[in-house]
Amino acid sequence: MTVTTETSIIVEGLTKAFYEPRTDSETIALKNLSFSVRKGEFVCLVGPSGCGKTTALRVIADLEQPLSGAVQVVGGGRPAVVFQEQSVFPWMSVQDNIAFPLRVRGMWRKERLERTRHLIDLVGLNRFEKSLPHQLSGGMKQRVSVARALAEDADVLLMDEPFGALDEQTRLELQQELLRIWDASGKTVLFITHSVDEALTLADRVLVMSHRPGRILADLQVGFSRPRDVVELRRDERFWDLTYEVWSLLKGSAVGEGEA
Amino acid sequence: MSATNTNTDHMRPAENAVTAELSTQEQARLRAPFHRERVFRNFSYFSPLVILLLWEISAQLGAIDRRFFPPPSAIAETFLSMIVSLELFRHIGATLQRVAVGFLMGAIPGLFMGIFLGLFLRPRQIVGPILAALYPVPKIAILPLILLVFGTGDMSKYVIIAIGVFFLMYYNTFGGVRQVPQIYLDVAQSTGANRYQVFTQIALPSALPQIFTGLKLSAGTSFIIIAAAEFLGARSGVGFFIWSSWQTFSVTRMFVGIVTISMLGYLTLTLIDLIERRVVPWARN
Repeated sequence: MTVTTETSIIVEGLTKAFYEPRTDSETIALKNLSFSVRKGEFVCLVGPSGCGKTTALRVIADLEQPLSGAVQVVGGGRPAVVFQEQSVFPWMSVQDNIAFPLRVRGMWRKERLERTRHLIDLVGLNRFEKSLPHQLSGGMKQRVSVARALAEDADVLLMDEPFGALDEQTRLELQQELLRIWDASGKTVLFITHSVDEALTLADRVLVMSHRPGRILADLQVGFSRPRDVVELRRDERFWDLTYEVWSLLKGSAVGEGEA
Repeated sequence: MSATNTNTDHMRPAENAVTAELSTQEQARLRAPFHRERVFRNFSYFSPLVILLLWEISAQLGAIDRRFFPPPSAIAETFLSMIVSLELFRHIGATLQRVAVGFLMGAIPGLFMGIFLGLFLRPRQIVGPILAALYPVPKIAILPLILLVFGTGDMSKYVIIAIGVFFLMYYNTFGGVRQVPQIYLDVAQSTGANRYQVFTQIALPSALPQIFTGLKLSAGTSFIIIAAAEFLGARSGVGFFIWSSWQTFSVTRMFVGIVTISMLGYLTLTLIDLIERRVVPWARN
């Protein structure tokens, strides 16, 4: 992988708040958040739940508008999103789910299935292309989500805790596959997670976020060589040093507000 | 929609499943519940016959008054003779045609209105209360008005059915669309889908289970309304047939009419059920 200095995502002074008219109260999710992601970089945004990291991603994905500040995805093009919950359409077969972004572009079914066939292989779902989601396990559904996002062929991939609901073994498996796919694609990835372990396993850089309102506590380089083996990585002492460092930061930032 | 067969339909393939051989006994045991299920399902179509059987026995034993409740065998006899003379078919044809046209006239606008108001806030705020105010008006109560405006021909029947069906379809579709998980709408938006695409590719399929509930309620209601409407202003149809039999006190013929209309309703519901099974295979889990 070649690291270029070109910037891909710029978040500058982003503030986002939510208003609850029933109680006339406001919740500040993000206050003056700034960071950037280089082209081709794999960045993990890690923080406690309720810290606003998902909100940040939704603003970058243009699903929410900022209250103030700006977000820019350089080079235009809409970023592809892999969502945290199970977002696979239950009424579509695996292959139709994966080809959905091409359907939105008005491509004929035959052509869009043709074009996404390699993605089914890529995420290891051959034999299941005609299955409906209720016939699949949770891990397989998230494979479909990943493949669907890849079908958009966007330069930037936004991932919102995509493996959060999976068991540990499946999660490791999917992390390894994601790294393999990313290595070959050269895409920019912004990956949201609450798992320190997951962030260190995947990322080039880890941005540690504080409790709400979220701000960046630290910007850590994760220097493990690529390609990585998600299991072997755990024998590296630096992995545990970094784990300790992140946890110390998170512990220091806790203000006793608890989970939100 | 995929055409998976019943067996794979119910199996959850494990990730990276290893294909191992099963013995013939194991295979048989694996399939047995599905065979049983199919047998039960086929039997369930005939469960209304049990009521007829009880009725026949009671009438034959004199437990109920045969003048008011002639035994099903007597009704069947009249029924058969009327089928042979083709008399009944004229009425069935008239009723079915009115129900079909009225049903479509009400269901299609109800469906679109439900999706439209379900998806968009402003129209919902303006039109929603108007529909809520009109819904409770008893459909039969406005029948004289409908007859006055549309005459005693078929048009008035179409309209009265359409009004009844419209509200059922509207409320069920609306409820279905309001329950579309936000995540599906987010996915659509993040891929750049336009409003029309969200309408047809997300809201409509996601609301299908509730839409089918609406279709079934509407079908039942259609037959209730048409029977009443044909009592008052018609020269044909099963409702007219029941009414004219009452006027001549031919109780057996009346029952023929009642049985006919309930059979029409039952067959329609069964048909919708079959379509639902094909179109909404994921909703069963």
